[in-house]
Amino acid sequence: MRAALENEVRVCVAAGCMSMKSDQVLASLKAGVEKAGLGAKCRVKGVGCLGLCSCGPLVSTASGCIFQGVQPGDAAEIVGQLGRKEATGRLALNADIPFFKRQQKIVLENSGLIDPERVEEYIAADGYDALAKVLTTMRPHEVVEQVTKSGLRGRGGGGFPTGLKWATVAKAPGPEKYVICNADEGDPGAFMDRSVLESDPHRVLEGMAIAAYATGAKLGYIYVRVEYPLAVKRLRTAVRQAEANGLLGLNILGTTFNFHIELRLGAGAFVCGEETALIASVEGRRGLPRPRPPYPSERGVWGCPTLINNVETYANVAPILRNGGDWFASIGTEKSKGTKVFALAGKVKNTGLVEVAMGATLREIIMEIGGGVPGGRKLKAVQTGGPSGGCVSEAQLDMPVDYDSLVKAGAVMGSGGMIVIDDSACMVDVARYFTEFCMSESCGKCIPCRVGTVHINSLLEKIASGEGTADDLSLLDELCDMVKNASLCGLGQTAPNSVITTLRYFRDEYMAHIEKKACPAGVCRMGVSAPAGADSAPVAGGGKD
Amino acid sequence: MSAEGSKPAPPSGDKRWRIVEATMRRVGYDPSGLIEALHSVQETFGYLDDASLRFVAHSLNVPQSRAMGVATFYHYFTLKPPGKHTCVVCLGTACYIKGSTAILDAVKEKLRVGVGETTPDGRVSLLTARCLGACGIAPAVVYDGDVAARQTRDDALKRTNEWMREDA
Repeated sequence: MRAALENEVRVCVAAGCMSMKSDQVLASLKAGVEKAGLGAKCRVKGVGCLGLCSCGPLVSTASGCIFQGVQPGDAAEIVGQLGRKEATGRLALNADIPFFKRQQKIVLENSGLIDPERVEEYIAADGYDALAKVLTTMRPHEVVEQVTKSGLRGRGGGGFPTGLKWATVAKAPGPEKYVICNADEGDPGAFMDRSVLESDPHRVLEGMAIAAYATGAKLGYIYVRVEYPLAVKRLRTAVRQAEANGLLGLNILGTTFNFHIELRLGAGAFVCGEETALIASVEGRRGLPRPRPPYPSERGVWGCPTLINNVETYANVAPILRNGGDWFASIGTEKSKGTKVFALAGKVKNTGLVEVAMGATLREIIMEIGGGVPGGRKLKAVQTGGPSGGCVSEAQLDMPVDYDSLVKAGAVMGSGGMIVIDDSACMVDVARYFTEFCMSESCGKCIPCRVGTVHINSLLEKIASGEGTADDLSLLDELCDMVKNASLCGLGQTAPNSVITTLRYFRDEYMAHIEKKACPAGVCRMGVSAPAGADSAPVAGGGKD
Repeated sequence: MSAEGSKPAPPSGDKRWRIVEATMRRVGYDPSGLIEALHSVQETFGYLDDASLRFVAHSLNVPQSRAMGVATFYHYFTLKPPGKHTCVVCLGTACYIKGSTAILDAVKEKLRVGVGETTPDGRVSLLTARCLGACGIAPAVVYDGDVAARQTRDDALKRTNEWMREDA
């Protein structure tokens, strides 16, 4: 009889650590454990994201050690510490720091523990239990009830009540319905969805299957960014494994429920994160949004009722069905239930993935869990929600982070990207960066966005180079208002947010550029403004060069 | 548009066209598979040219204007042949805050090449990405498909200089 495993060595093989050659670390540790004769008692395997990306490559053990910055040549040192409850030495990472202790994991409960390429490990961690329970003991409307009770809201940033969306699609008439997973995580600074797909892909498949059962869909699409090749690979493997094990495809788990999942690759268009543009892309067309109503829940892909949810939303579904909607609703705040995964990056000591209950404050996330701003510099701003979001200043650090609180400050929580900005940055430059992004990603269909973003961007360039006037500021206010209220879709409607929030909290920096013709942070080059339209999309004609 | 049942011949006898044909077969030669088919062409040949766009359009029964419209809409598709090596500098927020523009400017200046362009000798193409999702290891640069973490100006210059000095 084989001896029971006494220990397990886990090497992060998500994209961040892989870019630092963690696959070689995995190979050398496997060899090292064998060489020490411990192969029978200690398994060495690749796992998903361990969270603290800035300290990678990361290696952890089942007994409780965590090692940072591991190189292939460090195998012997780690093997020598196997079995210890606490790591010591130059590679040791303290497992008691707030980064690890203060998190509450639902979405990331398996990340860093299971091998993402082995369905057996997902199943051993209660994977597909929820699907089995749903298919054998629950009616579709009972599933919708649980999701509604849970209070889960769309994690892509919109915050629409998930149960309500599911109920709408379930009630919609028609023989064909579809379920889509929006994995087009285009927000610069966001990598939550990428990590979930690389670290625990079956979780998303299970969530989609449960959603399909609840709404009456038979086919699902996962629309995933082409810039995420590792996520695509792991998803393809997971779909194949699920099909081979009767967890996807025809007669799932021996029931009459059929559900297939196909992947659709994006091609580098930020606007395709918007529901209707995403649908256009799935249909093989240019990613142009269309007016709503009708909403995708009534008329979506191929004109059929379509459920579209974000990766993280689906990742919450299986736990909700396993533990009940009430359990989920007991976490978080009154209107924002459950946890949220944040991608903490920028000028902060601990960059990586953080999952906390809704309602944690910015200060807790950035200063305690994140370890604060390094290099002796001061925190100047926190940027949340990607280009659709906004910047808040140090004065707002005690605001709780959920769907509704940040909105009062003019910003949004968004999909979870959280960038920390220190006093070496210029907020006019940051606003210009985001509007340039929106301008270049504008699909070109509607004039307010297509032309408005170009003009907002030129005004910002003018101000940044010290050539702006007070009249330019009023014009900027007017333009932002127009673009926000008259654009066809969320991209244009939220494009001015970075300008609006920086004008609200950092107006003094704009005034310094205008009145003193100087950049307080020393970032902007005075007297060097790019001519309008240079390096950018043309004003007329839409699309790109 | 091709008649029902007859598929157009590929632009050349290059056997790699079979890969593209396999993709189109997998999507049932349906117009909705246009983006998948274009991905297959670019993955196989490195870029999309007029002949390949015509071939895909005919095979999937879509107007050539639609194929061109889709090819030019999405940032990922390129209509120009790539250089022997590709350097992609990420300009996502975290990388930007951590100084990736300085990296981009340094490579632009050294190689005397703009974004989206290839050096005249065809050795190096310089591109930017809007976010690779590697924010935890910013600034990120991709060299020939491999993501490199925590890059500096010197790292990027060293790598691209090596490429420029290679034997053609």
